Amino acid sequence: MKPLTAVTPGTRLALGIAFFVVFVVGWSIATFGGFVSKTFLADPVSMLRSGWTLLASQGFGWDIGWTVWRVFGGFAIAALLALPLGVAMGAYKPVEAFFEPFVSFARYLPASAFIPLLILWAGIGEAQKLALIFIGSFFQLVLMIAVIVGNTRRDLVEAAYTLGVGDRGLIRRVLLPGAAPEIAEALRMVLGWAWTYVIVAELIGASTGIGHMITDSQALLATDQIIFGIIVIGVIGLISDVLFAWLNRRLYPWAQLGR
Amino acid sequence: MTPLLAVHGLARTFTSRDGSKTPALRETDLGVAENDFVTILGPSGCGKSTLLRIVAGLDAPTSGEVLLDGRRIEGPGADRGMVFQSYTLFPWLTVLDNICFGLRERGAPRVEQLAVANGFVAKVGLVGFEHHYPKQLSGGMQQRTAIARALANNPRILLMDEPFGALDHQTRELMQELLLGIWEAEKKTVLFVTHDIDEAVFMGSRVVVMSARPGRIKLDRAVPIAHPRPYSVKTTPQFSEIKAELTEQVRVEVRAAQVESPAGR
Repeated sequence: MKPLTAVTPGTRLALGIAFFVVFVVGWSIATFGGFVSKTFLADPVSMLRSGWTLLASQGFGWDIGWTVWRVFGGFAIAALLALPLGVAMGAYKPVEAFFEPFVSFARYLPASAFIPLLILWAGIGEAQKLALIFIGSFFQLVLMIAVIVGNTRRDLVEAAYTLGVGDRGLIRRVLLPGAAPEIAEALRMVLGWAWTYVIVAELIGASTGIGHMITDSQALLATDQIIFGIIVIGVIGLISDVLFAWLNRRLYPWAQLGR
Repeated sequence: MTPLLAVHGLARTFTSRDGSKTPALRETDLGVAENDFVTILGPSGCGKSTLLRIVAGLDAPTSGEVLLDGRRIEGPGADRGMVFQSYTLFPWLTVLDNICFGLRERGAPRVEQLAVANGFVAKVGLVGFEHHYPKQLSGGMQQRTAIARALANNPRILLMDEPFGALDHQTRELMQELLLGIWEAEKKTVLFVTHDIDEAVFMGSRVVVMSARPGRIKLDRAVPIAHPRPYSVKTTPQFSEIKAELTEQVRVEVRAAQVESPAGR
């Protein structure tokens, strides 16, 4: 191995899968070998079996649907509002000076700590879940987008001015297209965080969703179901991440060049 | 005859954060006539780029003014095209769309944009690369696209800030010939900043030599070599004579600049 030397895509995939195998093998040894009690950790086979039962007879597919909808709903609202504000902050320094200190402060407010307040304000319905995801992603997104837009290369801005663009044209034809791939990457990262918030929201005061199933299973000490729920979240997260990354590559082929 | 571009008493002093002032450009007067090719020659840090940036409207003078066609320049505009030393093509646009950038801003129909852009693609020798992205091009090809992008906008004057400074010697010489050929064919007005004496003499109808910082114009000399100029003029006695004279002039300034800042900046 040499530092920073690339591997072929085939090797990359094989190595990536290999660690999943190592992980499952280690888990099997720990559980089937009797090193860990079944009360604390279920083995892979009973995890899969109870997962099947959950899906086939207990309507767990419905829970998954609810969770996915909450994540994307809350995230979409956050992204739609964060985009114009972040771009305005990145482009106009007075706007940035006005909002930046507050947004930086709000970013550190722990989203989960808002749950009691949100329940008070919005009840335990969908609005409360969406609001939590919104609080968790909006401020992060605003700051990231503002920084990305603000980092636009000054020489490109100057070149655009000498080609006759005005201030609005500069935003539309230089700042936005130049920042788009990095903004898409920021959205992809924050979507990952939104998954954490949705489960937290569902652990407290929910009657549907993956998080709700996990709390129910806790009462029954059903570690196999809990682990299945966690793995389902991981798999959905991975799929949405891969799709997002693929979409970014398709939309912005130029950003892939010379990497 | 009033010149196309007139620079009157232009000066620029930079003020740093702690309030100390660095004069970059002393009161400067310069006129550039229509269809002229003026090269500004000087040691690095002499304020020649500052002068060009003020003409482009990207920097504001401390005193003095710049007139284009008799109108005072207040900011950047499409009437002054610029080619920078750094590679400034928009990385998200193809070669063709980079060249179309200014025309599109002006609202020209797509058909017209493409007709003009394709014409310049041919003139700068990039046929076959229209749909490449800038990162897929060599430095010389990127600068050729930048020249085409500036020219496609049909500016009154083309400002060039050491456009070939980052290129290797061979590419640079080819680019000089290419640009000179375009200038001879299109009769554009060009203001060209460089620290390369060979380049200044080969390209310019007039060479303006600037002093060490704070810069001012110390010599304004016509280059009476006939056009078209093939690359072979660089070996003629006339060329060598002008070059020797300018070398002497610039050398004095470089030494002066070194005395002023012994670290060599």
